[in-house]
Amino acid sequence: MTLSVVLFAVLSILAIASALVTITSKHPIRSAMGLVFHFFMLAGLYLTLSAQFIAALQVLVYAGAIMVLVIFVIMLLNLGDEEKLKYKVNPRQVIGIFLGAALLVMLGTIYVTNVSVAGFNKEIAANIGTAQFLGNELYTKYIFPVEAIGILLTAAIVGAIVLAKRKLN
Amino acid sequence: MSMEIIYGMPLFLIAALSVIVLLVDAFTGKNKAVAYYFSIISLLAVAVSAAISLNTNIPKSGFDTTITGNNITFGGYAAFFDIIFSLAGVMTIFASKPYMKREFKEYKEYYSLVMFAVAGMIMVSHANSMLMLFIGIELMSFSFYVLAGFIRTRITAVESSLKYFLLGSFASGFLVYGIAMIYGATGSMILPDILNKITTGNFDITYLKVGFALMLVGLAFKAAAFPFHQWAPDVYHGAPTVSTGFMSTAGKAAALIAFVIVAKSVLPVNISVESVTSGSLELSKFTDSARMVIAVISAITMLIGNISALVQKNVKRMLAYSSVAHAGYLLMGIVANNQDGWAGIMFYATAYLFMQIGSFVIVGIIEQNNERMNFDDYTGLRKNHPWIAALMAIFMFSLAGIPPFAGFPGKYMLFVAAVESGYTWLTIIAVISSVISMYFYIGLVLTMYFKDNENGLIITDISSAKIPLAISFVFVFLLGILPGSLIDLAKSLF
Amino acid sequence: MPEIIWTIIEASIKALAVVGGIQLMAALNVYLERKISAFAQNRIGPNRVGPFGTLQPFADVFKLFLKEDIVPKNADKFFHSLAPVLSLSIAIAVWAVIPFSSYVDIGDRRIYMGIAPDINVGLLFILAMTSVGVYGITLAGWSSNNKYSLLGGLRSSAQMISYELSMGLSLIGIVLITGSLSLNDIVNHQLAWDGWRWNIFLQPVGFVIFLITAFAETNRAPFDLPEAEPELVGGFNTEYSGMKFGMFFLAEYANMTTSSVLIVLFYLGGWALPVPAETLGLKDGSIALAAAHFLVFFIKVLMLLFFFIWVRWSIPRFRYDQLMNLGWKILLPISLLNVLLTALGVLYLK
Repeated sequence: MTLSVVLFAVLSILAIASALVTITSKHPIRSAMGLVFHFFMLAGLYLTLSAQFIAALQVLVYAGAIMVLVIFVIMLLNLGDEEKLKYKVNPRQVIGIFLGAALLVMLGTIYVTNVSVAGFNKEIAANIGTAQFLGNELYTKYIFPVEAIGILLTAAIVGAIVLAKRKLN
Repeated sequence: MSMEIIYGMPLFLIAALSVIVLLVDAFTGKNKAVAYYFSIISLLAVAVSAAISLNTNIPKSGFDTTITGNNITFGGYAAFFDIIFSLAGVMTIFASKPYMKREFKEYKEYYSLVMFAVAGMIMVSHANSMLMLFIGIELMSFSFYVLAGFIRTRITAVESSLKYFLLGSFASGFLVYGIAMIYGATGSMILPDILNKITTGNFDITYLKVGFALMLVGLAFKAAAFPFHQWAPDVYHGAPTVSTGFMSTAGKAAALIAFVIVAKSVLPVNISVESVTSGSLELSKFTDSARMVIAVISAITMLIGNISALVQKNVKRMLAYSSVAHAGYLLMGIVANNQDGWAGIMFYATAYLFMQIGSFVIVGIIEQNNERMNFDDYTGLRKNHPWIAALMAIFMFSLAGIPPFAGFPGKYMLFVAAVESGYTWLTIIAVISSVISMYFYIGLVLTMYFKDNENGLIITDISSAKIPLAISFVFVFLLGILPGSLIDLAKSLF
Repeated sequence: MPEIIWTIIEASIKALAVVGGIQLMAALNVYLERKISAFAQNRIGPNRVGPFGTLQPFADVFKLFLKEDIVPKNADKFFHSLAPVLSLSIAIAVWAVIPFSSYVDIGDRRIYMGIAPDINVGLLFILAMTSVGVYGITLAGWSSNNKYSLLGGLRSSAQMISYELSMGLSLIGIVLITGSLSLNDIVNHQLAWDGWRWNIFLQPVGFVIFLITAFAETNRAPFDLPEAEPELVGGFNTEYSGMKFGMFFLAEYANMTTSSVLIVLFYLGGWALPVPAETLGLKDGSIALAAAHFLVFFIKVLMLLFFFIWVRWSIPRFRYDQLMNLGWKILLPISLLNVLLTALGVLYLK
């Protein structure tokens, strides 16, 4: 048991727990805060994989910007507790849960029987995780995809504005 | 300047122009004509540059990869589809001007969103890596989500947009997981690399299987194939008709190309016989079963699409279901998994694009306030508007696959390809479902021609929608009577 | 003993020192604020508790400790208690990557003055923490179940999101010049050229933007809309009392210190001595040099703190729309332009 394994276990358990809080709690703010906590745990997991840059971005972008907006909207709409709908057991849901569980077991067995993480090397990983390396790769080898993502985000923003603009001029 | 920039010009042009059109829009203020003509001219410029690069002899290798980093391909089928997608964009923009003016308000953003969607499709067709493939599909889908809900005061449009968005983003998740798995299996995102690693046995079969299965889910959703087709009728029905015409044709063609691109590299055609190891045996088993799965998907898709279309009273919904069925036909090319099959997809996607956009444009001309889309409304169309009735009849015949229109040689190519690769049963099902589809396609023609109605409907506003109708008619007719040159081109490109 | 144990011991000692130091700095800030505001308003200010009233902040804290802790009946109890803790802990967490002097060599072990100032994502970590800092205030505003608090919380989250962008963009200029995200590197880079390589000279526009956004991120006047008394009673902390209020208070002053420290590190040369260390006869890595560095650094921070307080008592508050206009229509385009020009400069001059 090395330190990183212990860290990994603790962080992943907390991550799963907070994800459960997110989907089970009735109050939207609690859900959102659960998600924020989940993002922090994910950032921690990235750190154990020597990806500091991505960990910092995870906190900066997801926890710091996106979730703040989500919480802002929840507060602005003043959402309260969800109303309880009359819950009926739907045969489709049962089948869905069953199939989902079967898929999970299948994937799980594949991972367990097929642990081939050959090529994972801590030193290489530590180099890959730095901002310098990522920046170098993104702006040389992957410059075109990066620009394409820029267009993608522009399209998303234009779309959001078109759908949400208050006045129809 | 590197030659790479010249070869990849259609892609770079559309990427730049789709953003510039926004600026043009922002700085021209109330003058709507500028952005409109600008987007049309830019799309035509893209088409022209694609035609040039289609005719240039592009070397297979030896590029200075600092610009694109091996992420995109040049020329060949990609250039051909660039032309098709730009034409689809031009037709949609022409058709949407009168439609949006009448039904909602003419927003210039519509044109830029169409351009973004075209940019996404062109990225898909140029994709040489999983990364570009995914970005292209996403760019296209994002634009579609908005185009579907563009008339946001109309409740059906909003519903279709939301449905499309929620399900579409879920499907994108599958796509990403699949890509991640395939990356895990082969250690590369670049498609030729993946193919190389798979043929030389330098990969992990389990992860490849899981990855391909997940990607199959994502791509089947984007192409609206069974069992992920249920969103299609609702979305296509609720969206503005011009958007539907665009999404259900160009979008489907792009999804099918993505399918071809993935299948080409993940399901290798020729597994090297010299090195028959247990790995390559397992691989050929995997390819066979994958093709079988796709064949079943294809069969059920066409049956379900056509049978559901049978009972529709609404023309737009009927066309929506029939577009599901056409996804089934197109998938036969993937099942064949050889040059003939891919060429068949290319031909049929082209033909389908023109006939389907044409029929949706006519639906768009006739409908008003989201009404007037039932079969009953088309009665006696021949009397008031003989030209439109005739065009609609031609598109219907072509969709049904009746010679001498473009649908026939396309279907023929796909059917032959499937038979030659040993999937005769699939072809039989395809023929049966084509026969089923005759009923409703011909039914609409009969309604237009042989049912009379004293106060037949009057169409007020066609204006620029004539242009896409003319383009569609020319191509449907030309590809029908002279399919040879395109067939040869298609076979030479793959 | 293995290396890891030494590292943990070193980090714990530093952490304790830093946390203690921040509390002391907050106390100092309170004292300065009261004294300077008194000076600005031609009063005397606190002068009874201790010599020149220096023990006044401790008396204040003691008072807060003894006060009754009132939680509104309809408040969300959990988040109501969580919010101040969150505010303060995030304000302190930033200090994990902040250096406050150079280094000391003990044996063959080099000890940096700061918990982990050499980490190569330090700057991003600071940005991440400031962006997360908004949760404390927002949750406080929401959980109190009071309209004034909610308005304060909403204002603060909108304000912080708006100004975060310009803050991050103004720092990109520094990253471009330095070529590193580590705070130690950023300071060391400024030491050359006899002090003319301070980033304030290379990045004057960035400096002004960072200064403005630092005021906005700390919710200090003239950007103190979240707690504007005339409109919102007390803003997000209306419903807080006792030590929970004290924690917000502490967090605010800790943030003020952090901002001053960051400005010193990023733009004002950090711990750069006015004369070369050799002329003072101090050796690299000696304790004396580290102390000298710290002294210089501390004086600069004090001057900035004075500036912060001076501004608060001189300038009126913004209106809300002015605030948003300034953030989105003026600062953001200017900082984008600054990034562009800096990039061109780095590309062609370096």
